[in-house]
Amino acid sequence: MEIPYTVEPRPDSGLANGKLGIWLFLASEVMLFGALFSTYILLRVGAVEWPHGELNVWLGAVNTVILICSSVTMVVAWAKLKMNDFAKGRLYIIVTAVLALVFLVNKYFEYAEHFGKGEGPWHSTFFAIYFTLTGLHGLHIIGGIVVMAYLAGPGAKLWKRNPDQFTNRVEYTGLYWHFVDLVWIFLFPVLYLL
Amino acid sequence: MDSTVTHSAHGHEHGDVAHHHEELGFLRKYVFSLDHKIIGIQYAITGLLFLLFGFTLMMVMRFQLAYPGHPIPLIGSIFGAANAPNGVMLPEFYNQLGAMHGTIMVFLGVVPLAVGGFGNFVMPLQIGAPDMAFPKLNMMSYWVYFCGGMTMLASFFMPGGTAQSGWTSYPPLSIVVATNGQVYWLVGMIFLITSSLLGSVNFIVTIVQLRAKGLSYMRLPFFVWAQLVTSFLLLLAFPPLEAAGILQLMDRVAGTSFFLPSGLVISGKPLTVAGGGNPLLWQHLFWFLAHPEVYVLILPAMGIISEIIANNTRKPLWGYKALVYAAVFLGFMSFIVWAHHMFMTGMGTTISAFFQTTTMIISIPSVIILTALLLSLWGASIRFTTPMLFALAFLPMFGIGGLTGLPLGLAPSDIHLHDTYYVIGHFHYVVAPGTIFALFAGVYYWFPKATGRKMNETLGKIHFWGSFIAINFVFMPMFIQGLGGMNRRMYDGGMQYAHNAGLLHWNIVIGVAAWTLGICQIPFILNFFGSIKWGALADKNPWDATTLEWSAPSPPGHGNFLTEPVVYRGPYEYSVPGHAADFTPQFEPERA
Repeated sequence: MEIPYTVEPRPDSGLANGKLGIWLFLASEVMLFGALFSTYILLRVGAVEWPHGELNVWLGAVNTVILICSSVTMVVAWAKLKMNDFAKGRLYIIVTAVLALVFLVNKYFEYAEHFGKGEGPWHSTFFAIYFTLTGLHGLHIIGGIVVMAYLAGPGAKLWKRNPDQFTNRVEYTGLYWHFVDLVWIFLFPVLYLL
Repeated sequence: MDSTVTHSAHGHEHGDVAHHHEELGFLRKYVFSLDHKIIGIQYAITGLLFLLFGFTLMMVMRFQLAYPGHPIPLIGSIFGAANAPNGVMLPEFYNQLGAMHGTIMVFLGVVPLAVGGFGNFVMPLQIGAPDMAFPKLNMMSYWVYFCGGMTMLASFFMPGGTAQSGWTSYPPLSIVVATNGQVYWLVGMIFLITSSLLGSVNFIVTIVQLRAKGLSYMRLPFFVWAQLVTSFLLLLAFPPLEAAGILQLMDRVAGTSFFLPSGLVISGKPLTVAGGGNPLLWQHLFWFLAHPEVYVLILPAMGIISEIIANNTRKPLWGYKALVYAAVFLGFMSFIVWAHHMFMTGMGTTISAFFQTTTMIISIPSVIILTALLLSLWGASIRFTTPMLFALAFLPMFGIGGLTGLPLGLAPSDIHLHDTYYVIGHFHYVVAPGTIFALFAGVYYWFPKATGRKMNETLGKIHFWGSFIAINFVFMPMFIQGLGGMNRRMYDGGMQYAHNAGLLHWNIVIGVAAWTLGICQIPFILNFFGSIKWGALADKNPWDATTLEWSAPSPPGHGNFLTEPVVYRGPYEYSVPGHAADFTPQFEPERA
């Protein structure tokens, strides 16, 4: 038994199964984060006063740059694989994962500072939504790192057997990664600047 | 499995599984199976067991409502002194049973059976696919659902018992309740939501990508359309509830106050939280899922009914295109009606007006579907098989459920009826004699495909007539009680209010009817398991049906079809003039 359209696109939809799957998954992710952003708006509109300047804008800005760079390296990884350069492709996957780790390290310092000052999620509605949104986003980063580690590690064996399928997987991971990046691009101004 | 089988980004932990052909061990074949049919059967049986369990909770509650303060006979001692000292149910325990009845029936019973069970088993066969697009995700979605179910079940045995704030879990109550049942409920729900997310992605990709040659969208059986729309609802409506679940979990575990307003006083003591939250936010997020959820419950049922009506009237469905467009429109509209559950919250007349309007609009596609199915009966020589009896009963039962919903969709009448037994009667008519009857119809109809044997007709008819009569005695009196102003969720059956005095005797009628309904399920259980072994042998097309699943062997092997199926015509070509047989299957080539 063979499931059709796992690698090559189906002519009438123009998509392979995995690509449609990842887009649908991202649609549901939009709804998930959409609900949390709506929560943010509702809480802020209903608040008597909303705190400003509680977060470290510089660290947040550095993290924004890091994530944008990691999105670029992810695309380069895919492009290298498309050009049949497995070694470079794999290297850029690793670079992406390392950038993601650096993002998390920065996030750790931010979290530690707030917890040190007693500003945990229980402190106020602002910190409640801050920790929930960035925490969930952080979990998505960790998920991305796990997938990239798999692709660069044990999952890389697939390249020998079926390079197209491996390249597709990197592309789908990339789509997910851009989404995670995009969520941060919304989170940064909403939480740090506004 | 072949080496080119799909590996999704999520399925990598199974990536090292050897790609054998045939000869799978028992565990790989029946427990951790990748075959959509086995997974469908796993879902269906788990779902049926949860339905029985959820119904049993209600039969116990119904004793308390009929005879408040009396010890529960026979089984009263098993609940323990913490829940029912001397067999008399405590209010806290009643609340637990109520909360879990709703949760189990909706999230662990009906949806897994209708979507996970029937969708998984029938849909790939009907579109001529060898399996689902992502078999590993499919397996994972079952096991994640299973974990969610076990979390919910385990919470009954935790200190303090399970969740007791209703299946809607409205804060602040759900957050300030001292026991930890709500935490288990939230964790269980996060499992269930994840499972349905994996399932819905898989369903949509399968329907879009794996349709057989010649099977265009307008040749899809209506059941497949219903599953497609349902999957979109699950995909897009469940994440907001997941978000809400995370927020409530934060409120309970991390001490946040997303849903706790400032200045909340509980039992005379001010609550020591930051405050600033909004309890209505939960209701918005919850109903943003839970209204589409209603259509998740009803659309697969309509799909099943359409297949069975077309097959047993031996006629094409009346208005196939209207059915399809109505289902799609229904799915779309279901996202913008949620606040009609919240007219009592004082959200303002402008918002109420908007949601009343959309609610009235959404009744139109439902009526189109019901009318099309009803008109399909016109002039037919109907075969009154057991599945058809259940399908025929679905039409008036869903009709009653739908029409009694109109007064609830309009704020002025809803303010009187809100939170009364009228509401309970209304949505149970939609879900119990509506959806669950459709699910029974589906079990009787597709049983020969799954097992190669037919279920017994006599036992089936006893099951049908008994259930049909009993279930109406359960839910019809609730309209009387509700119109009389009897509130729901009262553990003494409403005794404490004088205005209920004339309505209390109905509690006994409902109780007796509910226990009768329980007894009427015995023939079904016997029939279900007995027919696996002793049922009459069925060939691959025992109902003379036209859709693709009936071209595969019964039961179909791994990979489903012996030759690659090709589709030549629409799904319901029954009694075509000039043809010798009264059915022309989709897979039958055109004769020159």
